[in-house]
Amino acid sequence: MSALLEVGDLSVNYGRVEAVRAVSLAVQSGEIATVIGANGAGKTSLLAAIMGLLPSRGRVVFDGQDLARVPAEERVAMGISLVPEQRDLFGTMSVADNLALGAFRRGRAEIPARLERVYALFPRLEERHRQEAGTLSGGERQMLAMGRALMARPRLLMLDEPSLGLAPLIVRDILQTVSELRDEGVSILLVEQNARAALRIADHGYVMELGAATMRGPAGELAADPRVAEIYLGAAHGMA
Amino acid sequence: MDVTIALFLIQDGIINGAIYALLAVALVLVFAVTRVILIPQGEFVTFAGLSLAAMETGSVPGAVWLLLVLAAAAAAMDAGAALRERSPAKAVRLAAWNLVPAIAIAAAVLAMVPLQLGLGVNIVLCAALIVPMGPYLYRVAFQPLADASVLVLLIASVGAHLALTALGLVLFGAEGYRTSPVVSGSFQIGPLFVTGQSLLVVGATLALLAGLALFFGRTLIGKALMASAINRRGARLVGIPTMLSGRIAFAMAAAIGVVSAVLVAPLTTLYYDSGFIIGLKGFVAAIIGGLGAYPAAVAAALAVGLLEAFSSFWASAFKEVIVFASILPVLLWRSLTSTHGDEED
Ligand SMILES: Nc1ncnc2c1ncn2[C@@H]1O[C@H](COP(=O)(O)OP(=O)(O)O)[C@@H](O)[C@H]1O
Ligand SMILES: [Mg+2]
Repeated sequence: MSALLEVGDLSVNYGRVEAVRAVSLAVQSGEIATVIGANGAGKTSLLAAIMGLLPSRGRVVFDGQDLARVPAEERVAMGISLVPEQRDLFGTMSVADNLALGAFRRGRAEIPARLERVYALFPRLEERHRQEAGTLSGGERQMLAMGRALMARPRLLMLDEPSLGLAPLIVRDILQTVSELRDEGVSILLVEQNARAALRIADHGYVMELGAATMRGPAGELAADPRVAEIYLGAAHGMA
Repeated sequence: MDVTIALFLIQDGIINGAIYALLAVALVLVFAVTRVILIPQGEFVTFAGLSLAAMETGSVPGAVWLLLVLAAAAAAMDAGAALRERSPAKAVRLAAWNLVPAIAIAAAVLAMVPLQLGLGVNIVLCAALIVPMGPYLYRVAFQPLADASVLVLLIASVGAHLALTALGLVLFGAEGYRTSPVVSGSFQIGPLFVTGQSLLVVGATLALLAGLALFFGRTLIGKALMASAINRRGARLVGIPTMLSGRIAFAMAAAIGVVSAVLVAPLTTLYYDSGFIIGLKGFVAAIIGGLGAYPAAVAAALAVGLLEAFSSFWASAFKEVIVFASILPVLLWRSLTSTHGDEED
């Protein structure tokens, strides 16, 4: 099986700070891969570089195509969507308009069918479809950011800390939705500090430390690895 | 001052205010999408007005050459960028994509203007000449600076304005022109003489504002423009090319400039450098309105028009000073009450 996304020796610099150091990873079709790591490890920079939002060195290959010269907007059209850490919603526009814009590269005709699908996943969004995005609660904002990304019908969905700042029950719901999406065939790259929750739903995992990918393997093995357990799971005491 | 004079001044103020409203809306639109404070908006108006005046006499407007120069510059920059990526095929395609429409428009203008086909055709030709200048100008002067600060963009904007004014002198000469009205005749309502052209000004302005509201409220592309203004990265993440948003915003600004010219050219004599003062009044209105909200900009534009009309009656020597000085208390008040910083993070 060839990987849907292949990242080779990817590096990102902010001036002299090297935020991502020669990271290589792969996301297979139809799986959830997760990158776990502490705050500041370089996870957000990694996703931004894969999306084409940040200049980087190294290789990003999607579905056999080298993305070196492909700008972020075209990567969206090719089937990559990112739900960013900051959500980046259109705050003064309605929930429905935010979602409609998610399908910008798909065209008007596809909006109703996609909307129906997204509202089925997140009924809360349908209840609030007229509300301004900026007035939603944290959990609803995360749902809207995911819904907007799904409107583009991505083949690869990248999620940057979807659990950030959310109550444990909402985190569980959102991760449940992520596994449902995988079961429908969407491939997923999930970035999390919440290692326990991420490894529970993932197929493969990577551990990122100080910009480098230091451990990798099937999610179950990583979760059982004493080093991972000590650093990332120990403090969580069965949370989430 | 009696009631008749007051009514007359109000009419005058509303007409001017309507024109300023168009300019202010164009400025707000361009600023929201690209963060450029478009000083050359006035040049779109004068170039369109002077082109119309030239076409009325059957002579080819100098704007044709400006269009070709801008298209060639845009083509060179797009092709250069493609060549740096080592894709010559893309370079040729981009160059053609920039040049072909401009050449076709220039050819049509050169062929049709001497035939003097009438005002309707002239307006269409004028729009075809001026509207593409917006996106070309964006490509040449602003797209390379897309990530620069508002101040750098403002400096580029002033530079573009100076360059265009100088070109205006070369292309149109120093003489002033006025066109014949689109709607002739006038009639009396009570004590007030109303010209057809002034009704057209108000009607067309209202129609254009309504059209813009529909565009932003109802169409996906309009919402996409608004989205690029609200959150640039969010817009990229849904696949909206920010360059395209910039080009569309500039095309709309140029189109609004053409409409303003059709409305204002019969009412005032336009010179190659009139754009600055006209644009500045739109700018005052846009700033008073907060550079962010269309209805506020329109209301402020009406206030500016009325202020100008009444100060030209009471203190005509100072009317420009009064209009421009009105921005100061507003800015002061804003700087005292403002709580939020720059839109960028
Ligand atoms: N815009 C920036 N400018 C300079 N340094 C940055 C910037 N963004 C992130 N960094 C630095 O890069 C490193 C990785 O950050 P980030 O990718 O956000 O990590 P994570 O998402 O894992 O928390 C950190 O040391 C951070 O301080
Ligand atoms: Mg992060």
